[in-house]
Amino acid sequence: MATLDSKIPAGPLADKWVNYKNNIDLVNPANKRLIDVIVVGTGLAGGSAAATLAELGYNVKAFCFQDSPRRAHSIAAQGGINAAKNYQGDGDSTFRLFYDTVKGGDYRSREANVYRLAEVSANIIDQCVAQGVPFAREYGGLLDNRSFGGVLVSRTFYAKGQTGQQLLLGAYSAMNRQIGRGKIKMYNRHEMMDVVVVDGKARGIIARNLVTGEIERHSAHAVVLGTGGYGNVFFLSTNAMGSNVSAAWKAHKRGSYFANPCFTQIHPTCIPVSGELQAKLTLMSESLRNDGRIWVPKKKEDVEAIRAKKLKPTQIAEENRDYYLERRYPAFGNLVPRDVASRAAKERCDAGYGVNATGEAVYLDFAAAITRYGKETAHIRGLNEEDTVLVQKLGKEVIANKYGNLFQMYEKIVDQNPYETPMMIYPAVHYTMGGLWVDYNLMTTVPGLYAIGEANFSDHGANRLGASALMQGLADGYFVLPYTIGDYLSSDIRTGAIPTDSPEFDSAEKEVTERLNFFVNNNGSHSVDHFHRRLGKIMWDKCGMARNTEDLKSAIIEIKALREEFWKDVKVPGSTDEYNEELAKAGRVADFIELGELFAKDALERNESCGGHFREESQTEDGEAARDDANYTFVSSWEFTGVPSEAKLHKEALVYENIELKTRSYK
Amino acid sequence: MNLKLKIWRQKNANDKGKMVDYPISDVSPDMSFLEMLDVLNNQLIENGESPIAFDHDCREGICGMCSLYINGEAHGPDRGVTTCQLHMRKFKDGDTIYIEPFRAKAFPIIKDLVVDRGAFDRIQQSGGFVSVNTSGNTQDANSIPIPKADADLAFDAATCIGCGACVASCKNSSAMLFVSAKVSQFALLPQGKVEARDRVLNMVNQMDAEGFGNCTNTGACEVECPKGISLDNIARMNREFGKAILNGREK
Repeated sequence: MATLDSKIPAGPLADKWVNYKNNIDLVNPANKRLIDVIVVGTGLAGGSAAATLAELGYNVKAFCFQDSPRRAHSIAAQGGINAAKNYQGDGDSTFRLFYDTVKGGDYRSREANVYRLAEVSANIIDQCVAQGVPFAREYGGLLDNRSFGGVLVSRTFYAKGQTGQQLLLGAYSAMNRQIGRGKIKMYNRHEMMDVVVVDGKARGIIARNLVTGEIERHSAHAVVLGTGGYGNVFFLSTNAMGSNVSAAWKAHKRGSYFANPCFTQIHPTCIPVSGELQAKLTLMSESLRNDGRIWVPKKKEDVEAIRAKKLKPTQIAEENRDYYLERRYPAFGNLVPRDVASRAAKERCDAGYGVNATGEAVYLDFAAAITRYGKETAHIRGLNEEDTVLVQKLGKEVIANKYGNLFQMYEKIVDQNPYETPMMIYPAVHYTMGGLWVDYNLMTTVPGLYAIGEANFSDHGANRLGASALMQGLADGYFVLPYTIGDYLSSDIRTGAIPTDSPEFDSAEKEVTERLNFFVNNNGSHSVDHFHRRLGKIMWDKCGMARNTEDLKSAIIEIKALREEFWKDVKVPGSTDEYNEELAKAGRVADFIELGELFAKDALERNESCGGHFREESQTEDGEAARDDANYTFVSSWEFTGVPSEAKLHKEALVYENIELKTRSYK
Repeated sequence: MNLKLKIWRQKNANDKGKMVDYPISDVSPDMSFLEMLDVLNNQLIENGESPIAFDHDCREGICGMCSLYINGEAHGPDRGVTTCQLHMRKFKDGDTIYIEPFRAKAFPIIKDLVVDRGAFDRIQQSGGFVSVNTSGNTQDANSIPIPKADADLAFDAATCIGCGACVASCKNSSAMLFVSAKVSQFALLPQGKVEARDRVLNMVNQMDAEGFGNCTNTGACEVECPKGISLDNIARMNREFGKAILNGREK
């Protein structure tokens, strides 16, 4: 059994990382050529890590299941990336970014990791600009910033609503340079099927070529997982269709502890569910809350008239609108953190004020911003500020310039013009703060097995602030892991290449092959998606935005039953030795079902509300989340023991030496 | 809605392939095109037939994974969208819909509607980057002001998602729009100017080696591009290429 040693360096918070880097072991350039590293996943974390490790001189093998590393799901991130540059001179600093992130995470993240993240954040922006990432700029030619939820400064850098794409293409270009040099060997359309552990150390993976179905053995001195989050356990989420937990789950079953699986982010501004056959949900960037005001009607009769399509939202007078975030949280208004905004939307909809046919939608309204920007532009250009037609036109141009692609996306999906009528939005599963437990070096409890980006748990506590995922992915991949992994690999300079004909590789490959054969021979009656949808429904109904003891207990029972049924009755067409998407999906859903069981267990054990984890038993009189610091200031770290919900709990106590634990208030 | 689908089926790269008819009923106009295919696939699987293979991932028009040539147009009849953003409300009850893969010599078919766009990666690997190490020890991000107009143009070029619609739409199967978008992004930014000459030469050489055709200024690529990448980028690339040849120095 591994022990939980976070390996946080001693010394003052602000000096930990610098001192640590000065004192860890390095591998000399000639020896780096003797060392192989596998990186699974090519998003912001995996892509940046692969590029940097190759630049340093290691031999890198990188894997992605998509047809190109450029398509990893980081590409879909819209709003921006935080960095403590203080270009706006509004009082930002490394400490303030650190403080906001720990507070935003509801005091369930690790101080030292978060401080390091804030510390390297500024380098990310420098690095990306040097790579030719086209961030938004002001007329003076300098970088522009905007605000995100849960903070009182403007520290978010952005490229319209496509920041993730531009940052990922930056990392992809850095990878391409190394692929061209032969330092990265890229395996597209390959899926990791298992981690191979030899003598207690991660020494390789079993991968499946998704085009030919061939099973491959790949060895290395260390394995890095940058395989993203597990939001698709809910079936409907903003994640890509292929996003999955399998790599992390395989690592868990091979000895890596899984931390805080129940910490899930439900994002407040997504396009509401439209029909039973929907396959995925679409996010509308949080950046929209810079200018959009969220409301529902004050009167029930207006709600009913809207649902019956007898009334349009634009016909409801100002005094009959309930801008509930501005009402409840005057200090932060529409820019409260995501967990708070999501719960507030649920509260209004549960109370019967939801504005679409399903009763699960609220308005996000740009009319005020269009008028404000229109007047401002008219003033600057010396035009008539009282000319409403002109003001509307100018205002819409400003909004189009800021959010054009998001508005277009909305219009294509919903078939309504958000420049003319408010958007309808509702919360949806978006990001998972939980993940593989890692120490300060980003190593899991299996030596030589690392987890970076969304795949690990360390930086966002119980709730992630907007524009912090991109920051963490690139920080881990460009600036943290490449240093810390050297300390581990320095003991491997004489090891030589790891053979792939060991009994450990044999048995791992055998298990993988048997499972694949089982699926195609099972001859059940329902498709993989059938089970995935049912899992998603249990998760959303019982482990979603509000959770309680009874629901969580029954979720565990239902998921167990679903697991049995899945293995008995799943139907996978085709064979193992061909391109077979259903077969790939079957493996992923099998793992999601197991994770779901652990997820519910974790949510049940944490009998407090914190961040995105809201336990109905633990709330204040006015319905805010009530933390229980005396009993739950720890990381729940789960050791696999055979049955997912019978995992063994290990607690890593969270110690706050630099921040006082307070009730998180955005009022 | 009830529809008649005619879909290209091809077991693998060596198979000859053919169009197969699939009737589908009760399609909701609010469904996306790929959700409609999901429903069809689910029916095929539960009836013991082989589902239709197609590429897709983000389903919000940004990853560039989905393709499909629908009724003779890359990403279908709507403008400014990828196939995953196309909704069934663009079709009428009783329509016949032809669904084919992106066809080009440089995009070999893997299965059914799935093609291999690895050529795009190889073009990027030949020069689609700025040669700067990821050490973080670069100069401050604001030390070189960039005119907003240039930054905006660079951004517009950089929004290319690498889906390959330009190639599929072009009668010559040219990849000029794709290549020129990357060349332009870097040519417009001071960080990319240093290597501009070698970049354009290397990327164009690799493009030719992959077997893409030439540009004859038809403009179909620009029309079908889901991200609205402008033909101006091709003009800019030609200018960069010309400059590179004229300023030729020993490599």
